[in-house]
Amino acid sequence: MSAMTEPAAAVATSPRQPLLSVRGVKAYYGNIIALKGVDVDVHPGEIVTLIGANGAGKSTLMMTVFGNPRAREGQVIYDGQDITRTETHLIARMGLAQSPEGRRIFPRMTVYENLQMGASVDNFAHFDQDLERICTIFPRLKERLQQRGGTLSGGEQQMLAIGRALMSRPQLLMLDEPSLGLAPLIVKMIFDTIRDLNKSEGLTVFLVEQNAFHALKLAHRGYVMVNGVITMSGSGKELLANPQVRAAYLEGGRH
Amino acid sequence: MAKANNRASEQTAIVEQGLTPALKEAAFAALVTFGLCIPIVAWGTRQDLNNRLILDQRWDAVAWAVLIVFVGRLLVSLNKQRRAAGGGPLVSMPNALLPAMAKLLPVLAPLAIGFLFVFPIVAIFGSGWQGSIKWIDNFGVQILIYVMLGWGLNIVVGLAGLLDLGYVAFYAVGAYSYALFATKVIPATYPALGVWAFWICLPIAGLLAAFWGVLLGFPVLRLRGDYLAIVTLAFGEIIRLVLINWVDFSGGYAGISTIPRPSFFGIPFNASDSGFAAVFGLEFSPLYRTIFLYYVILMLALLTAFVTIRLRRMPVGRAWEALREDEIACRSLGINTTSTKLTAFAIGAGFGGVAGAFFAARQGFISPESFTFMESAVVLAIVVLGGMGSLWGVAIAAVAMIGGPELMREMDLLKPIFGADFDPTKYRMLIFGLAMVVIMIWKPRGLISTREPTAFLKESKSVSGSLVKEGHG
Repeated sequence: MSAMTEPAAAVATSPRQPLLSVRGVKAYYGNIIALKGVDVDVHPGEIVTLIGANGAGKSTLMMTVFGNPRAREGQVIYDGQDITRTETHLIARMGLAQSPEGRRIFPRMTVYENLQMGASVDNFAHFDQDLERICTIFPRLKERLQQRGGTLSGGEQQMLAIGRALMSRPQLLMLDEPSLGLAPLIVKMIFDTIRDLNKSEGLTVFLVEQNAFHALKLAHRGYVMVNGVITMSGSGKELLANPQVRAAYLEGGRH
Repeated sequence: MAKANNRASEQTAIVEQGLTPALKEAAFAALVTFGLCIPIVAWGTRQDLNNRLILDQRWDAVAWAVLIVFVGRLLVSLNKQRRAAGGGPLVSMPNALLPAMAKLLPVLAPLAIGFLFVFPIVAIFGSGWQGSIKWIDNFGVQILIYVMLGWGLNIVVGLAGLLDLGYVAFYAVGAYSYALFATKVIPATYPALGVWAFWICLPIAGLLAAFWGVLLGFPVLRLRGDYLAIVTLAFGEIIRLVLINWVDFSGGYAGISTIPRPSFFGIPFNASDSGFAAVFGLEFSPLYRTIFLYYVILMLALLTAFVTIRLRRMPVGRAWEALREDEIACRSLGINTTSTKLTAFAIGAGFGGVAGAFFAARQGFISPESFTFMESAVVLAIVVLGGMGSLWGVAIAAVAMIGGPELMREMDLLKPIFGADFDPTKYRMLIFGLAMVVIMIWKPRGLISTREPTAFLKESKSVSGSLVKEGHG
């Protein structure tokens, strides 16, 4: 068992420079501390997952990378640049895309318009190509291009949120609980899509999940977060086999 | 309740059946009305010849109000019961009408615009040379000013979703810009430009108003909803109070008079030899100016609509709408929300300013009295009643809200009912309130609430989005 109980120091550091590197980040909501010094690395071409219970600070970490809330201490480095103080919309223009918690699609706008919004980062330079690509990845969206976002089912909305994020041709795709509230079949379909994108295009993925089993099976590496601190990290397989992880996040859960 | 079938119970909450609950509800509503009427309606004051206040008893009016509310509430309750029992149509008529109307729109739009262009001619044929001034001015010009204001505010409130209660401030900025430039600046610097004053000042007024829109925009960038509404409300009042108190600048309560009227591209509308009538070999009549003003405001309003339609299809317009839907999502998609909000404020304010300049030129006299909060409320009511974001809805609401009271004044048959000195404009607020309540019950998202998509695919791939009812998933 090589899964470590101490934080990041023990992660087998890859010789490559990480694409995203979170260093000692502390974030607060008012006076309440949400992240108590978090270190996370995401290397190019990896799928990295962050698992943890409700309120552990997983979504906060993802939002902190995007500067909302801002990290009060520590650093967020993306592609060699310090983005700790960069404005959210500028971060999005650097090749980071997110499918946020609760999907946050634009309900009164059509699927097509939602996808257009995703492409505004690079001024619609590859819009037609990318639209074609999203429609190939998610054929369901193709059928619904003219339908309003709010009329889609939960799974379709999740596909739209991921598709919208992909429209900006990101280097790093950050997904916040894509499985939330979806039927197991749809969850499998979405996770398969993520795996395919990673394999075929080398897309780097950072996945925040509560569905630990699926997430760890998919991911190359994983982190476990408890109360704003990373308590364990290791490869997906290692974490899946780790008795502590099994006890806390897998036993009793339906796999 | 037992009768309620699945389909109906899905749509409405459980509704008690029978006459007694309906009567109870109606009685309760009547009681509330009675309570409200005691302090507001039951006693009226007036001064007699000796300047003494006389207290009038108006219990008959109270009785009427209570009766109307009782009967109205009873009918509403009974109707609700009927619907819950599955007896009534589940899709109310107007909802069913809208898809049909949407199909007709491509035909309707040119027809409506065509009618607007021939309206002065229709008015002249309908009510004669003298009688038509009233129709063109009181109806045509007046309504079109509010249509333009509504379309301008629609950019801020309807598209960008920023609740602005101080829109009248930009209307005032536009009006005073024109008035001050035309009466002070131009005569002092280039008097030869006098006849062109309106055409020179129109863009200046728009730009100044847009500038003030940005100035207002900066401090309120982080605010939304109620907080934004309060700050914009205060801004509107500040502008008005400055205009009242800075007498050297604006003339205070006295306002600014003898504002130059617009010229026909350099040819003034007067009875002189170089006037419009003489140049074109016509007999002098004030009607020409009125007709000209009508076409000017028509073009300005259509320009507003055109710009809005174009902008909606451009990235900035789409960003406005996305901002209205979800600000956080916008930011994480790389949209600069600061500049998006500021452009919405600036462009909306700019159109308000142009409308203000036109208003000053048409009236020839302006004072702070014309720019009270009431005006903001009226324009906002037009936007909300029309359906936020819908150009058609706003136009229809403006016609109803501004044209309605004017039309009621024309109706002689109302005189015997309400008395000879019946002035419907006094009841404008009452009508607004009623319209608001009716719209809230009947179409809570405004007259035309379906949002038109801005992008269309070449071939329709499935059901059109506008035909599918919105759900929140």
